Formats: sequence, structure tokens, C-alpha cells
Amino acid sequence: MAEPMLKPPKVAISPLDWMRQNLFSSWYNSLLTIVVGYMVVTSVGPLFTWLFFEATFLGDEPSDCVGTGACWLFISQRLNFFIYGFYPDEFQWRVDVMFLLLAVCFVPQFIERFPGRKWFGLFGLTGLPVVGYFLIPGGNFGLEIVESSKWGGLMLTLILAYIGIIASLPIGILLALGRRSEMPIIRGICVVFIEVWRAVPLITVLFMASVMLPLFLPDGMNFEKLMRALIGITLWQSAYMAEVIRGGLQAIPRGQYEAADALGLGYWKKTGLIILPQALKMVIPGIVNTFISLFKDTTLVLIIGLFDILGTVQSTVTDPAWQNVAIEGYVFVAFCFWVFCFGISRYSQNLERKLDTGHKT
Amino acid sequence: MKKQTVDSRPAGPKPWYDPRIRSLFFQFVAIALVFWGGWTLVDNTLSNMESRGISTGFGFLNETAGFGIIMSLVPYDATMTYGRTFFVGLMNTLLVSAMGIVAATIIGFIIGVARLSSNWLVAKLALVYIEVIRNIPLLLQIFFWYFAVLGSLPSPRQSVEVGGSFFLNNRGLYLPEPITQDGFGLVWGALIVAIVAVVGLRTWAKRRQLATGQIFPTFKVGFAILVILPVLAYLTAGAPLEWDLPALKGFNFGGGITIIPELAALWIALSLYTASFIAEIVRSGILSVSKGQTEAAKALGLPNGLTLRLVVIPQAMRVIIPPLTSQYLNLAKNSSLATAIGYPDLVAVFMGTTLNQTGQAVEVVAITMAVYLTISLTISLFMNIYNRAVAIKER
Repeated sequence: MAEPMLKPPKVAISPLDWMRQNLFSSWYNSLLTIVVGYMVVTSVGPLFTWLFFEATFLGDEPSDCVGTGACWLFISQRLNFFIYGFYPDEFQWRVDVMFLLLAVCFVPQFIERFPGRKWFGLFGLTGLPVVGYFLIPGGNFGLEIVESSKWGGLMLTLILAYIGIIASLPIGILLALGRRSEMPIIRGICVVFIEVWRAVPLITVLFMASVMLPLFLPDGMNFEKLMRALIGITLWQSAYMAEVIRGGLQAIPRGQYEAADALGLGYWKKTGLIILPQALKMVIPGIVNTFISLFKDTTLVLIIGLFDILGTVQSTVTDPAWQNVAIEGYVFVAFCFWVFCFGISRYSQNLERKLDTGHKT
Repeated sequence: MKKQTVDSRPAGPKPWYDPRIRSLFFQFVAIALVFWGGWTLVDNTLSNMESRGISTGFGFLNETAGFGIIMSLVPYDATMTYGRTFFVGLMNTLLVSAMGIVAATIIGFIIGVARLSSNWLVAKLALVYIEVIRNIPLLLQIFFWYFAVLGSLPSPRQSVEVGGSFFLNNRGLYLPEPITQDGFGLVWGALIVAIVAVVGLRTWAKRRQLATGQIFPTFKVGFAILVILPVLAYLTAGAPLEWDLPALKGFNFGGGITIIPELAALWIALSLYTASFIAEIVRSGILSVSKGQTEAAKALGLPNGLTLRLVVIPQAMRVIIPPLTSQYLNLAKNSSLATAIGYPDLVAVFMGTTLNQTGQAVEVVAITMAVYLTISLTISLFMNIYNRAVAIKER
């Protein structure tokens, strides 16, 4: 474009015209607008009254909740339990450090012009799990040991989702490559593995991990419950990951494979240097989407007796000291999940638009 | 592999550089690894089960279960076998999956179309619904409906009543149950005749349209046949249908059909959750039909309804079907969350109570997984057949 183009003139539209076009374009639309508008007004009003205007925010005891609105005291009083579970108070700084590092690694990803944000992200995927491995359970460097049965709340939810994704990524890549392999037996093994895991619900996988895994292992070798759940989640998630990555592998034009062959690259060099970098970049949005669904699915661990954020809330809403706080508890958890998932999905859509660099016809 | 050209080099590469030999070698190693791993697992499991005194085999399926199940579609009581509990659980899973698929499809299509509405308010409301529902874990939604909404319904004595035949309370929703009397077979017969007649009518109308170009109002006439024939049969047979009304007996209701709150909560949550995904699928499917198609149909003089039915929907379906299949599969798998609120589905009954009572984890888990594998493969098989039928026929 050599010459500067004139922008199209802005169409000035008055609010009245806008309403006529978008809300009252025909008698049918007008009727719809009025009926739906009435329903929205009558339901949103009481909802906001309950959520904010009549709600109790201040105080320290259940008896302070007197209004007809929500009792947010319940949340603020139990917040520590909802975030850390039974993690001892004096060691909670270790979890805080991990939260901070997580934020440092991933908040820059949302900011376009942040210098070196790629390196922050890379550290988040590689270094952060190592730091967490030493920091959260303790036992090294003079840190007190905290049993995994004491972990809980939001912290446990994040650990499950994060380790599930990080550990399933390499397995998923291998499975996807295996499924596209030219060796029929390798391909067959990978297809069966992927399809079986994808066909069964996560809850049966978790049951299997918690009931059957101890039977599979030789005598004297055993894992804690959290570890067993993580193994189940990782295997299950790697099958989904493999399918996402296979999508990327299939989207690479044949010419790329042939060009690598023509250069005389072997299989691993071809895959590692030419195919995977392009394929992985292409499926980043897909990986982010699987992360979102895994993040939501981690709530299932409460069924096998782990206290994730929903588990901690579920175990306290029946507390007789507080009356009828179930809705407040669920709204709180829903809000936490919604903020995470909505934010990440917006990010993924943004990424999808940016990474769309061709290859599509 | 490649044709050997005539040259002075020695024939072929060394054996360990030959891709064919290499691939054979790797596959051999893979098979050996799988067998070794499988053998180790089986060996460990057998020795572990022996040391813990767990019996093996499927003999437990014939033993008496001895526990009650709050809802079953087939006759069941505590004196029946574990095999029967499996069947009860399976039927309950299939029931909630089927109900969920129907409801989620209907809600999803409505929301998906509303999302594209020219009415700003409706479109935004659909957007809010989608973005809120699909970003909240399903288990949380099930808990919300079960504990927070259905749990706060009135007790049986104060139940909400509609016309003396529908009752709603915290024990469930009570509906009148139709009981067929003698002679109801005539109505079924009429229904079958009507279906055959409609299929015949459709074939005839299509042939006539191809030959003469005249359009026969198949839908209206077919619908009329489907309704009128069974109703006529019903009246001639002397209305052979009685209603068993639910009534308060002591502290609870008896008679009629009961929809237990567990089923209701699971059904509502599954349908609403899956519908939010289906809505997005429907939207992208409709958007994928290019505007030129609609304009071409208009140029041919097709009215709006026919444009939608003959041009837009068939093309949108091609885009919609594959992701819709995976949503149906997800719904069937997610129905296993029933175990969290105590709806007696396959996982709750068989993998829960039966497993705990018998301790035969390996057999029970294997059977359960096999069932889900079968359900998944069956749904994808049917959807693949349908997909092939609507796919573009390239010649």
C-alpha cells in the first residue's frame, strides 16, 4: 500500500436509531426484546441485591450474618482453608512464593510488549515445577516436610492441573508421533492406548488409580494418594494431548516433510528441527484449551477423597455453625474457576488470531 | 524401498543402517516391552491379590448383592445378584445419557441460533449464558443444583402441587403414570402403520417431485397421519389407558412415576453444561455456510423456510456433526459424575458399592471400562455413518 488510504467515514448513529435497528426492527423483535428485557430486569435486580446490597461483608462470627443477602463472612473466615487446605500456617509462605512465581511467569504472557516474556513462559514450563518440587513438600535445604495429605484448596487444584499438563506434554508428543509412525505395530500400540484412555471417564481413571494401582505395583512399592491421582490424570490427559498434537502434525504441509528428507535429515532431526517446532506452535491454542478442561476436571479428585478447592468448600458448607451457606460457597468456587478459565480462554483466542500465519487455505 | 540404480557401490546399506531392518527391530522391541510390562503387571497383581486374600474370576457376579438401590428401571431388590446391580447401573447410566443428549441438543440449538439473532439483547444474553456456563466445572454445577436448589425445596407435606397430579418436593418430582389396559396393542399397531405410511408417502412425494416438479406438503400431511391414526385407534379401542396418580401416604408419596432429585440435578446440570458447548458448535456451523449460498437460493426464488431447510442446514450439519459427536461422548462420560451426588449410575453402583463389597477391583474396573469403551465406540460409529451420509460427495 503505497498511498495512505483514507479511513472510511464514521457512521454517526444516534442511540435511538441503534435501538430501532438492533432491538425493535420488526414487531416480532420488539415483542422479543420486551419479554426478554422484562425477564432480565426482574432476575438481575434480586440477584444483585442478594450478592451485594443486602449481603454481609463485615464481622467475624456466623451470628453477624443477619441480612437477607449473601453471607460473605463465611468465605472470608474460611479463606485460608480454601486456599491452602491443611497446610500449616507457618509454612504457607512457601506456597505464597509459588503463587508469586506462577504470576511472574504467566502474567507477562498477557502483555504484548513485555520484554523477554518468552523466557518467563519457558521458565514457567521447565524451572517452576522443579522449584515447586523442592519448595512445597519440603525435606531438602532445611525445609520442614509437609505431608501431601495436608495439601488442599486452590493450591492443590493448581498443582494437579499444572503437573497434569506439564507431564502429559512429552508423553502426548511421543504418542502423537507414534500414531503417525510408519511402523504398524508402534502405530497400533499408540492408537489403542489413546483410544482406550479417551473413551473412559476421568472418574473411572481416578478410581482405578486409587484402587488398582497398589495392586499393580510390586510389594513394598507404594505411592501416596495424591501421587496416584496425578499418575491417573497424567495418563488420561496425555491421550487428549496426543490428539491435539496430532492435529498440528497433520496440518504441516507434506512439502515440509519432503524438504527435510531431501536435505538428508534423519527421523529425529527432521522431527525435532522441522516438524515439531511448527506443529507445536500451531497447536498452542489447542493445548491451552485442553488445559482449561483439565483445570475444570481436577474438581473430580474430591470423589476419591482429596481436598481441592471444591472439596474444601463442600466439606465446610455443611458446618452447622453456619446456616445455609451452600450457595455462597458454590458461588465463590464458581467465581474462582470462571476468572481463571475465562481469562485463559480469552488469551487462547487472542493467540489463535496472532499465530494464524498461513498454512491454511 | 527405492529402486537400485546401476552403479559401482556395494549393494544396499549395512544391515544396521537399513531402514527396513531398523523398523523391524524397533517394532520387535516395542512388542517385547509391551509384553514384559503386561506380564509384570499381571504377575504383580496376582501375587498381591493372593497375599491380600482377594479371590479372582467373575464368579462374584452370581452372588447375592444384599444392598438396595434407590432407583432402577428394571425390577431389583437386595436379594438379587451383583450381575443384576451391574445391569441396573448400566440402565441408569444409559437413561441419564439419553435424556441429557436430547435436552442438551435442543437447548444448544436454541442458544446457538439465539447467539446469531439480529436482536442485540437476545444475542448478548446467549453469549453470557455460554461464557458463564462453560467456564464453571460440571461437578460444581451438579452440586449447585443438587444441594443448593433441589435441596431447598419444601418437604413432602408442603410440596408444590399442580392440579392434584403433579407434586414437587425435596424427595423428587412425582408424575402420574400411564397404565396400559387390554386393547392398547391396537394403538401401538396404528402407530407402526402410521410410520410405514409416512415413509411410503415421503418416497412417493420425492419421486413425484423429481418427475413433475410439484411439491407435496409431506411434513404437514405426514404429521397429521402420525397424530390422527393412533388417536383414532385409541378412541375405537375405548380409551384403554388409566393414570396412576401419586398420593401422599404417611411421610412420603406413593404411586405414579418418581423423578428422584439426584436424577433431576444430574440431568439439568449435564444438559445445561453440554448445551453451552453445542451452542458454540451450532453457531460456527451456521456461520460456515457462505453468504453466497443463501443469496443463490434467494435468486432461485426459494422462500426463507426452504432456503434454511434445503440449503443452509444441510451444509451447516457437515461442520456441526463431528464436534457434536464428541460432545455427546463427553456427556455420556460425564454422566459418571453421578457418583458424587449418589445417583445410582454404573460407576456409583458397580464401581462403588459392588467393588467395595466384593473387593474384586480388577474385574469390576475392567468391566466398567469395557462398558464405557463400548458406549463410546457405538456412538462414534453411528455418528460416523450419519456423517458419511451428509458429507460432500466428491466425484
